[in-house]
Amino acid sequence: MPPMIEVKGLTKYYGEHAAIHDLNFAIDQGEVIGFLGLNGAGKTTTLKVLGCVLLPTAGQVTVDGIDIARDPHEIRRRIGFLPDTPPLYSDMTVGRYLTFAAELRGVPGTEAGKAVAEAEEKTATREVHGELISSLSHGYRQRVGVAQALVHKPKLLILDEPTSGLDPVQIVEMRQTIHLLKGDHTILLSSHILSEISQTCDRLLVIQHGEIVAQGSEQDLASRLGGGGTIEVEVAGPSARAIEIARAVAGIGAGTVLRESDGVALISLQGNPDLRPQVARALVQGGIDLLRIDRGAARLESIFLKLTAEAPQ
Amino acid sequence: MNATLLIARRELGAYLRSMTGYVIAAAVLIINGLLFNAFALGGPDKLSAEVLSLFFYFSSGTTIIASVFISMRLLAEERQTGTLVLLTSSPVHDWEIVLGKFLSAFAFLAIITLATVYMPALIFVNGKISFGHLVAGYLGLLLLGSATLAIGTFGSALARTQVLAAIFSGCMVVALIVCWLLAKVTERPLQDVFVAMALHGKHFPPFQSGTVHLRDVVYYLVVTYVALFSATRVMEARRWR
Repeated sequence: MPPMIEVKGLTKYYGEHAAIHDLNFAIDQGEVIGFLGLNGAGKTTTLKVLGCVLLPTAGQVTVDGIDIARDPHEIRRRIGFLPDTPPLYSDMTVGRYLTFAAELRGVPGTEAGKAVAEAEEKTATREVHGELISSLSHGYRQRVGVAQALVHKPKLLILDEPTSGLDPVQIVEMRQTIHLLKGDHTILLSSHILSEISQTCDRLLVIQHGEIVAQGSEQDLASRLGGGGTIEVEVAGPSARAIEIARAVAGIGAGTVLRESDGVALISLQGNPDLRPQVARALVQGGIDLLRIDRGAARLESIFLKLTAEAPQ
Repeated sequence: MNATLLIARRELGAYLRSMTGYVIAAAVLIINGLLFNAFALGGPDKLSAEVLSLFFYFSSGTTIIASVFISMRLLAEERQTGTLVLLTSSPVHDWEIVLGKFLSAFAFLAIITLATVYMPALIFVNGKISFGHLVAGYLGLLLLGSATLAIGTFGSALARTQVLAAIFSGCMVVALIVCWLLAKVTERPLQDVFVAMALHGKHFPPFQSGTVHLRDVVYYLVVTYVALFSATRVMEARRWR
């Protein structure tokens, strides 16, 4: 089975300015990929090229084994694209708009009603089927935007900032929608909300100044950048003593007190999470009451900051 | 239904659901009615054919102006509101988008134009005009409208906003109209070029007086084709930018 997306040497110039330069990555069928980058890093340009809205200046892109330069029409049938601003006709009702989008993507008129109903079901927009798009809240507009992207059951969904401008409740609803879509589609989504990416995606692509600076799972990136990951321990007793004992274990680096109150300290230790048994033994043998020990949560924010700070200008 | 007709149907619906569409239709009908009453029917006694000819003359002016305003939104508004991406990311050729948009605008203009038929009908009932004159005049109006709308579609493809689109289209239309005046102050062979290019002065009067020349029909169809082809190329070029 070919990868869903294979990008080799993708470059896009706007005049003299290279928005993206020599991008290389591949996405397998069924994966959910988070696309991370600062404003102006080249996320939207990349997604527009993959969505066949823009043509690349150089490089090769294949979607489901089809070359984007040879048969963009066939690729457009296989993708659903939600740009950063949902392309909604405010004078239409949700139902009519989705029917129009379905027929435009090649769904026969006789099957459009069923396709629209399924898309509305998946995006929880059934209750606004007959309402004018102009009267919808921002959250509903965003969900109708997702519905138009999946109404023709594409293999690949490209979502540019699907949670942009949503309130916390709407973000949770959108997250649930994306979780529902997992399995049925390969999903490539960009977001500024790092926790959103962290909770939704299997793998991350980090882009900076038009170049991919890192790719892998959050844990992979944390290990790579954090020197082998972190271990979190919660102890009853003096934190300084606990850090001293833990650091005596081979492979454990610096310790940081994350929180300390009422004689209980939460400490983050640099080191491979596989060293948890040795750390636990050392603390107990050293007379420290161990309340909890866990794999340190990868801090996506810090990974992101490190990557974007280290990226070449 | 193919993509062109789908887009045309949606756009026509948008005209009929928008206040702008009704304002343009009302303005055209009111201005046409006033001009017909004041200048075609008013003044010294005229033959029915002269009254009808004057009606088509005034209608051609309102048709040109209405076409610029009808077409300004076609692509510029979609770009302004971000909805063009829905079309450009769908399995639809750029020429289908342009043609669909143009057909919707043409259908809307045709509805407005045919809504003026009550005025010639008055002449038909109370005077003596040939049916052929009536058909030729309306054919001329629709061909003139088609050419102007196509130029407007090209202007709308070029511009980022509707106002700019109207200005671009207006300039192109005025340039083609002014060709007739330039022809009067130039000599051959340049004069022949200007005459051939004149949007109104050379090619519309025959329709106005009830005569259909193949060269005039071809002229309006060629202008329509060239303008729509140019609009398509602009759309394609934008994918490279």
